[in-house]
Order: sequence, then structure tokens, then C-alpha cells
Amino acid sequence: MKQSNWFSGSVLGMGYLFLYLPIITLVIFSFNESQMVTLWTGFSFKWYGELLKDEEILLATWLSLKIAFFTASASAILGAFAAFVLVRYKNFFGRPLFNGMITAPLVMPEIVIGLSLLLFMVSLQKATGWPQRGAMTIWVGHTLVGMAYATVSIRARLQELNLSLEEAAMNLGCRPGKVFLLITLPLIAQSIVSAWLLTFTVSLDDVILSAFLSGPGSTTLPLVVFSRARLGLNPEVNAIATVIILVVSIGVIAASVYMSRSEKKMQREMAEAYRDPSAVKK
Amino acid sequence: MKILARVKNIDWGRTTVLGVPFVWLILFFLIPFLIIFKISVSEMQVSRVPFKDIVTYSDGALNLSLKLGNYVFLAQDSLYILTFISSLKYAFLTTLFCLLIGYPFALCMARAKPEHRATLMMLVILPFWTSFLLRIYAWKGILTSNGILNNALLSMGVINEPLALINTPFSLTLGMVYAYLPFMIFPLYNNLVKQDNRFIEAAMDLGATPWIAFWKVTFPLSMSGILAGSLLVFIPAVGEFVIPELLGGPDTLMIGRVLWDEMFSNNDWPMASSVAVVLILIVIVPFVILNHHQEKRGADGLA
Repeated sequence: MKQSNWFSGSVLGMGYLFLYLPIITLVIFSFNESQMVTLWTGFSFKWYGELLKDEEILLATWLSLKIAFFTASASAILGAFAAFVLVRYKNFFGRPLFNGMITAPLVMPEIVIGLSLLLFMVSLQKATGWPQRGAMTIWVGHTLVGMAYATVSIRARLQELNLSLEEAAMNLGCRPGKVFLLITLPLIAQSIVSAWLLTFTVSLDDVILSAFLSGPGSTTLPLVVFSRARLGLNPEVNAIATVIILVVSIGVIAASVYMSRSEKKMQREMAEAYRDPSAVKK
Repeated sequence: MKILARVKNIDWGRTTVLGVPFVWLILFFLIPFLIIFKISVSEMQVSRVPFKDIVTYSDGALNLSLKLGNYVFLAQDSLYILTFISSLKYAFLTTLFCLLIGYPFALCMARAKPEHRATLMMLVILPFWTSFLLRIYAWKGILTSNGILNNALLSMGVINEPLALINTPFSLTLGMVYAYLPFMIFPLYNNLVKQDNRFIEAAMDLGATPWIAFWKVTFPLSMSGILAGSLLVFIPAVGEFVIPELLGGPDTLMIGRVLWDEMFSNNDWPMASSVAVVLILIVIVPFVILNHHQEKRGADGLA
């Protein structure tokens, strides 16, 4: 048994080293004094100072944050609807198509989705004069993919939901809409919050859809990072990367700690609620 | 009056919940998807909208013109054929290595103490949430000729001159395996963690060694996780663009890059669309299998 512990420990250790090595080097070398990104010469905050003076990066960051906010909000709402449809409406016309269209943006090569949306937008513009390519069209693309991510994570939660609470409310005369707002929504709220966070980061990170759908003056942060990374290594990219990694990590860890706490609280309350013998089914 | 009664009978809640995402997907997924097919058979023209309509109306006649030249060209040009084969090769290699690394990793996670599992999962999710682009950029810093790895090896005296690591098939495969590994780990872990331990115990009681118990019990039971993970890696990997652009050299041929160049360098939108159609045809069969699997298993197959 001792030997297998040692074995699994080293498998996990190597795996995590592989996953984290690039992130660690990125952070360390953001504090490097030298213009040469990979040669350590001394500790300095120099590149963070440069970052604050770099208008291109600042403007792009602001635009990306705005797009990510609206993407996450729209994706969470559409994803909650779609998850509800897939879990609760077992039979309706076009269900296989609906299911396929939810999964497709998740796995289809992004370059195909970007191209198809660009061609659609251009055709639409040719016919109606609207829309201009810019933040709006990027938002549509991001929300298409974000909605798919949101649906998957909310759907998983909805599937394991115990129907008896909703049935009880219905039996007591609650209307379906009210049941959803008072019972179902609070029970899946956590998964909606995590779907919001996930789609926010997905949008903040996207290169390909943004490249296809951006217009003049709508350059997002990943587009700036990508165009600099293509040319070579750039110490400012390391600095902005460290800022993003820090913010996302803190956000994800804080959210997951908060959620696991409220999950435990909810489970206690549920256990309390089901203790009444007449409420226990089995 | 009858119509009014019917309108009243519509379940508006259900219609909204079903209708809003459905209309959104048809408008922004299905229609754009079909437009690719249309543009791929249209004539190129030099203008702000660089393609012609396939249906035109002139002198009282409706003309439908389908230009299949792009497809003929794709089927005959050896560079395109090589590119498609090479993309499939890299996608296959990526899937294989993700499975070889991801399987033991997911198994160890699933066999860890229950109180540790959430943390172990969190540690996989965290890099997956932090920017994909930046992590690929980081590999460039590690692998480049005066990069971190070469500097470390040189200073330790292991090598005398820098190894050529960047812009090779090796760096491309490494980057793709790195980026797609979580997509393999999630479904495998979900499958393995739900397996009933009593099967293994029964096998061991009947005299199986741990190794045989794994191959005869755990592995066959995990087939659906392997299938889901492999498809989740393979399908997007075929059309990958960012990783070959940053880590693969000019010699590593990938469909995604060809499509990008046709679009943004040559401005040949019909040709780019034809390449996209072939790419869709390549991934449609694995996609249908994944979709069927996912519908059968619920969200477990993906999340």
C-alpha cells in the first residue's frame, strides 16, 4: 500500500508540475529587469511601470473587460434557459438539433465558428447596412461559445436536483413561474455564478473569434498579446499576464471557497428539511 | 374566438425558455454555418465584400452559379492534401499523449482520499481558467533557443549549444497536449470517481493482482470516459490555429493556419470557406458520436 501511495504521489506531482511550470516561469520573469525576457539579470517592477504607460494595452484591457462582462451575463441567462430546456423538456420538436447546436460551439474548431460568424455578419451588412464589425459582433461570437460552456455547467447541477421540493410547492398551489423563482433558481444559483465566472474568463482569453469579428478600433487584449507574441517575447506581456493570472486565481479560489461553504450550509438545511418522517419518501 | 383561446392556452413560460436560446442558436450558429457552404461555391471578387452572390437575376432569368473550382483545387493540390494529413496526424498524436498522461493522472485523482479530491480538482481547473493564450506564450519563453530551458541546461553543463526545441513538431505537440490535457482529465476523472470500488475488491478477492484488476475491471468500465475525452481533444485539435502559430515553425502544416492565411493574407474568402467545409466534414463524424454519447449520458460526458 505504501508503494502505491508513493506512485500516485509522483504521478500527481509530475502532472501538476507540467500544468504549472509555464505559469510559474511567466510570473517569475515578469519581475526580470532585463529586456531579454528569458535571461535573469535582477529583480525589478520596471515592466509593470511600462504597462501603466502603454495606452494600447490599457485601452484593449478595458474593452476586453467590458465585452467579458456582457458576454458572461448573456451567457449565464441563455445557458440557464438552455440547461432547463435540456433537463426538463424531454420531448420537443427539434431536440436533437438543439442539443447539437449547444455542443457544437464547445468542440468545433473555433476558426470555423469565427469564419461562419464573420461571413454571416458581412452578408447581413451587405443586405441591411447593419451591423458594423466591432465590440457588438465580438460580443455575439463570445456569447455563442460562452452559452455552450454555461449550459454544460448549469445542466450538470440541474440534473442532480431533487424534484420533491418543486413538487411540494406545486402541490401547495404555487404557479410554475413562481416555483422556478422561489425554489429552482436558488438551488442552481451557485452553478449560474460559476458559469458567469467561467464565461467571463473564456471571453477575456479569446483570440480567434475576436480576430474574425473585430473592426477598426475594437482591439481586445488577447489580440494585442497575440500580435506581440507572434513577433517574439515581450516583457510587458509577462507583466500583464501576471496581473491577469493573479486576479483570475484570487477570483476563482475565493468563489470556490464561498461556494463550497454555502453548499455545505444548504446540504445541512436540506437534511433538516427532509428529517420530518412524513417528508421522507424512501 | 377560437384563435384567442388557443393563444391563451400557449404556455408562455415554456415558450420563452425554449424559444429564446433556440432562436439565438439558429440565428448565430445554424445560419452562419450554412453560409460557409454558400460562400465556398461563390466567385471571388475584389471589393470590400470579396465574394459574389450565387443567385443573380438578370434579363428575366434567375441564374444560379456554383463554382466548384475551389474543391477541385483542394482535391488536386498536393500541399493542401499534405496539410490535411498533417493536421490529422498532430490531432491524433495530441489525443494519444493526452490519454497517456491524463489517464494515470485522473486515476490517481479518483483514488485519492475523498477529502483531498476537491482540492486536486481545483488545482486542475485553475490553470484551465487562467488564460490559454498566455500559457502557450509561456511555453515559447521556455523552449526558445535562448529560452529558460536551454539556459538552464547550458549553465548546468548538460549541453554545449542550445537545443532546437521551438518551431519543431515537438514543440507543437507539446503545446497542444498541454492545452488540451484538462479536456481529457475532466471526463476521465468523472467516470473513474463514480466507479464502484466493490468490483475491484471482488476481483482482488478472487485472486487478481492490482494490475490485472485494473485491466479487466477498471479499464473496460472507463471506456466511455476515454471516448468522451478523446473526442473532446481530437475535434478542436484538428483545427487548432493559435498553438501552431506560436509554437510550430513555418514547416508544421495545419489546416487552421492555411484557412487563416487564405482569409487574412490572400483575402480569398471563398477558398477559406472551402477549406472550412472540408474541416467540418472531417470533424462531423467524431462530433456526431460525441453528441450522441453526451445526450445518452447527460452532462457527465462533458463536464
